[in-house]
Amino acid sequence: MVDWPVVAAIVLTIVTASTPLLLAALGEVVAERSGVLNLGVEGMMAIGAVSGFAATHATGSTFAGVIASAIGGMILAVPFAVLVINLSVNQVATGLSLTLFGLGASAMIGDKYVGVPGIKLPQLHIPGLSDIPFIGPVLFGQDGLVYFSVVLTIAIGWFLTRSRGGLVLRAVGDNHDSAHNLGLSVLGVRWAAVLFGGACAGLGGGYLSLGYTPLWTENMTAGRGWIAVALVVFASWRPARVLVGAYLFGAVTILGFHAQGMGLAIPSQFISALPYLATVVVLVIISGNKAMLRANTPACLGKPFVPTR
Amino acid sequence: MRSILMVTVAAAALAMGATGSFAADKLKVGFVYVGPHNDGGFSERHDIGRQDVEKAFGDKVETNYVESVAEGPDAERVIERLARQGDKLIFTTSFGFMDATLNTAKRFPNVKFEHATGFKTAKNMGVYNARFYEGRYVAGVIAGKMTKTNVIGYLGSFPIPEVVQGIDAFTMGARSVNPNVKTKVVWVNTWFDPGKEADGAKALFDQGIDVLMQHTDSPAPLQVAAQRGGFGFGEANDMIKFAPKNQLSAVIDNWGPYYVKATQSVLDGTWKSEAVWGGFDSGMVQMAPFTNMPDDVAKVAQETVDKIKSHQLNPFAGPIKKQDGSVAVAEGQTLSDKDLTGLNWYVEGVEGDLPK
Repeated sequence: MVDWPVVAAIVLTIVTASTPLLLAALGEVVAERSGVLNLGVEGMMAIGAVSGFAATHATGSTFAGVIASAIGGMILAVPFAVLVINLSVNQVATGLSLTLFGLGASAMIGDKYVGVPGIKLPQLHIPGLSDIPFIGPVLFGQDGLVYFSVVLTIAIGWFLTRSRGGLVLRAVGDNHDSAHNLGLSVLGVRWAAVLFGGACAGLGGGYLSLGYTPLWTENMTAGRGWIAVALVVFASWRPARVLVGAYLFGAVTILGFHAQGMGLAIPSQFISALPYLATVVVLVIISGNKAMLRANTPACLGKPFVPTR
Repeated sequence: MRSILMVTVAAAALAMGATGSFAADKLKVGFVYVGPHNDGGFSERHDIGRQDVEKAFGDKVETNYVESVAEGPDAERVIERLARQGDKLIFTTSFGFMDATLNTAKRFPNVKFEHATGFKTAKNMGVYNARFYEGRYVAGVIAGKMTKTNVIGYLGSFPIPEVVQGIDAFTMGARSVNPNVKTKVVWVNTWFDPGKEADGAKALFDQGIDVLMQHTDSPAPLQVAAQRGGFGFGEANDMIKFAPKNQLSAVIDNWGPYYVKATQSVLDGTWKSEAVWGGFDSGMVQMAPFTNMPDDVAKVAQETVDKIKSHQLNPFAGPIKKQDGSVAVAEGQTLSDKDLTGLNWYVEGVEGDLPK
């Protein structure tokens, strides 16, 4: 006997848990495909979360909150872009400090929002369709950002492989010298990619403080930015695999909780570590295979570009 | 890392403050928090205690605090800084500050130290904790009365004795008024991650619970209870704002009375190193108002509080059966404090295995 309403509720929980990872990881895919490794995702998510909460609190509109969270993440990406793209500062170190800065700054901005109940993103309700058992709540009863994240996955997949812009982006990420010699603006493309990554991470953070748990507290991202970074590697820089990976990571956590509730003896510590373990395994598989390594990893990832002229 | 930076800044600021003001006649009392002073939960409750000290003594006492101190080597530097700047009584308010406090206490024999929730003491270092399980027993009584499905949920952080005490007390409280109740437990392996806490709570509600008790810090599980039309309890703080129609009560950490008492004894020169474990009777544990329940349930809850307070009722008095039905505590006996601090088994009525 399958209890369909319960299965639907579980699927809904998984989608909610996965969406912030998906949004943030999609942005990171674009940034890394252009050759920029941004380890500041956690910080940009935190800023996105607090911006979204603050804007919703001020205006009463979750839509304004969603927009503000994207803008917040993007703003935090600006100093990062200046440092690593224009001044060729080490990307790893700058990204790490961006995370620290973002977490600290978000705590400061969010000081007065601690203990204030938030407003939840409204869920779609289409009369008739949303009431169909199982399919209704899963397909027609989510909030807007969930649908947006799926559309964004498809759009980025199309952009990277089917559009001229995507070709330029990948060229910049794979060989910035050649791209430069072809007359492409390496710095311009990377700026755009980093800003886009910031906006996506901000949205992921906004989903936390508006959709997932409508509240603000310091450190509420709780390491999700790092899972998103790991997810990009796990997905070998492909948007469709990012989507699968995000849902897989979400599902593992949620099903782990259900297993506990049903009294199955799966160590919960193991479940908590699983996303990282999975990433390590994928890294081992990728790095053991030179062809795969070449095919997937942007060749200029993490390397600064200094135009000769 | 961020907390290290904050601590450095805070320590520098404190150092400057210390050179600027010499109020020798005032007793300086220092506090060290593991989180921000306004985290809405654990550290905030300690800070409210600090404010109670200021209110109680006015000009006679000067308090200061350092917040977001990481547990580890940094803690020792912060505690030492407080001792050097002239604090004569220092409260270190997190379990992980234990060794740092002990080390500093050895170097500053003239300073009194009070460490929360630990188990090591010294001549000038006392330890204090609260019997929160008493409050969780009362929550269990309420849950046992309120549940329709006879399945209630417990969201656990880490499987340590303090949390197991809560699960057992909650379950025994519920079964004292409703012997058919079962408790489902989900561990999230974090004290604080609103998203994960919410996921764990959703899993419990999906499995048929209708009343949720949490031992994690954020209001997210309570929000889930509200979304699912169930009931929940606030953690450490009254969280009624997050679930005005769904919070039944909350077990409140109330450190103020203890901080005032300890400060008074230092002022009087009567302070001595003790291991204090107070419950309702000491005022350290309080219940938030009983809301969203019928009057008769609120009445039973209040009676339970009164009985525990006057020591007519002890949640861990026998007979207590373990999960497998074997007798853990015989009739007429009570589990000792030593056994309680090492508690590692579930009572009858709790489902699932305790992670080892």
